[in-house]
Amino acid sequence: MTIASGLPSDPAHLEHIARTLRVRIIENSHRTGTPHLGSCLSSVDILTALYFGILDIDPQAPDAERRDRFILSKGHGVPALFQVLALRGFFPENWLDSYGQDGSPFSEHPPIPGRIPGIEAATGSLGHGLPIGVGMALADRITHNSRRVVVLLGDGECNEGTIWEAAMLAASQRLGNLVAIVDYNKWQGTGRTDDIMALAPLADKWRAFGWDAVEIDGHDMGRLLDELTPTRQENGRPLAVVAHTVKGKGVSFMEDDNNWHYRIPTADEVHEARRQLGIGA
Amino acid sequence: MRNVFSAEITRLAQRDPKVILLSGDIGNRLFDRFKDQAPDRFFNCGIAEGNMMGVAAGMALSGFRPVVYTIAPFTTVRCLEQIRVDVCYHNLPVVIVGTGAGLAYAELGATHHSCEDVALLRALPNMTVFCPGDPWELRVGLERSLDLSGPVYIRLGKKGEPDVHPERPALQFGKALTLREGTDVCLITTGTVMPVVMAATERLAEAGVSAQVESFHTVKPLDVERLEDLLLRFPVIAIIEEHSRIGGLGGAIAEWRTYSSHVGMSVGGSLPTLLSFALEDAFVHDRASQADARREAGLTVDNVVAGVTTALANRMRM
Repeated sequence: MTIASGLPSDPAHLEHIARTLRVRIIENSHRTGTPHLGSCLSSVDILTALYFGILDIDPQAPDAERRDRFILSKGHGVPALFQVLALRGFFPENWLDSYGQDGSPFSEHPPIPGRIPGIEAATGSLGHGLPIGVGMALADRITHNSRRVVVLLGDGECNEGTIWEAAMLAASQRLGNLVAIVDYNKWQGTGRTDDIMALAPLADKWRAFGWDAVEIDGHDMGRLLDELTPTRQENGRPLAVVAHTVKGKGVSFMEDDNNWHYRIPTADEVHEARRQLGIGA
Repeated sequence: MRNVFSAEITRLAQRDPKVILLSGDIGNRLFDRFKDQAPDRFFNCGIAEGNMMGVAAGMALSGFRPVVYTIAPFTTVRCLEQIRVDVCYHNLPVVIVGTGAGLAYAELGATHHSCEDVALLRALPNMTVFCPGDPWELRVGLERSLDLSGPVYIRLGKKGEPDVHPERPALQFGKALTLREGTDVCLITTGTVMPVVMAATERLAEAGVSAQVESFHTVKPLDVERLEDLLLRFPVIAIIEEHSRIGGLGGAIAEWRTYSSHVGMSVGGSLPTLLSFALEDAFVHDRASQADARREAGLTVDNVVAGVTTALANRMRM
């Protein structure tokens, strides 16, 4: 099966999809009062590249044995992932109407598998996704399954020691089917990531831990598609993609403003965001 | 128990290709046979228990049955949040094995004691808590643990624990085993303190007291049917465990009584006396062997016999 078979994978088209998703994410935040908008907007290009260009997945067979697996380790970014999964066809888009209502499976973090098609692991507490991904990649080695396991981390999340425990085990086990992408938007809950825990030089940290690492603009669709292709990993090492991003990317008054970690947009702000993104109501 | 565990898991892994063994860099040479037999299913995950538990969850999400093995405090309290979120929330069939639980590693000091593990893991939804009292219970329980659809914590001693059951017991999780029938008093044991309880029973018999002994190897789920029966039959019930008196088997039984007020009346209409023999809510600071530490805590034949005898005498005066 070809990757994302039948989908147009030229960068311009994916950029349009990402703009559409941004609007839906912002509208959903306004409608449901769901926070973490800045974190969602920094990762939406990465998610679009993965789900519409890279991952070997079939929305009609979300549990297929040889599917690529994706774990959103920065679970608070799930409002973006829910929109991606709906648009990609994992479930009918009208399922999202229940978002934020009591009894809905759509909440502020991913639920356990089996509740929403396409969700591989429940996350929310940080530092859990990469260890789980390492376990999945090791399991695939036992069963000779050549699929890839892709984990999206936040930069603030890299404060957690378990990320680096997992990194060392992945390197010693030579998990060439494992990819960690860091959404490096330079902010965490209450401040700059580099001020709080001295994250830089982040790509060099991954290299020092035995991984291959590349640094890219996490909003450059062409680079994302290039660096995330499976051929990038023919040397048997796990791959870290340090994606430099902007929190709140795509809306001028949200960009690089950490208040949008928790703020909910007003109706006027949604209107303005839609105008800036060039997506009509 | 450690060696029994190694032999049994090696045997079971031969039969079940889904069994994976993860070790937190302990048991030097202990798993050589397992490694020879299934080199692709043994992983030394290093001294990184939080990661190891997440790795196990990832394997279970891929259809495997990971068995996580290290020293009790490090496979429980050290990575409690990974157990809660990755294993219990996902309700995955991960077998968590803690070796040297309770005061088995008394000489190593309080960092290596594991006297709160049952309390903490018992509080997690979906978790089964299994405390084998002798190698027989471990053998059968380990096999049963591979049939569960959710997680289980197996609380091991160290090595050299004697067989107490005369033969392979028909052990099922959540069902207590009667080790000895009696009429005057009931002693409930869980975990490796079992031989102490059996010796106390002998001593009581010499004094003309007939003691029934029940092994509550599974602290969760609690065998409430058996408890209802025991509470109706015995005026004195003693619970003996090498665990903090907070949240262990004694705590579990006391909790159960608060939400099951319709039961618990003993013969004659009065509530039975419940005695707890457990560890103080305190760290052990001075160097002690397991025997010394048990003596200090009152987990001895003498102390159990004295406590039970006094309680029976008090009942007579009621």
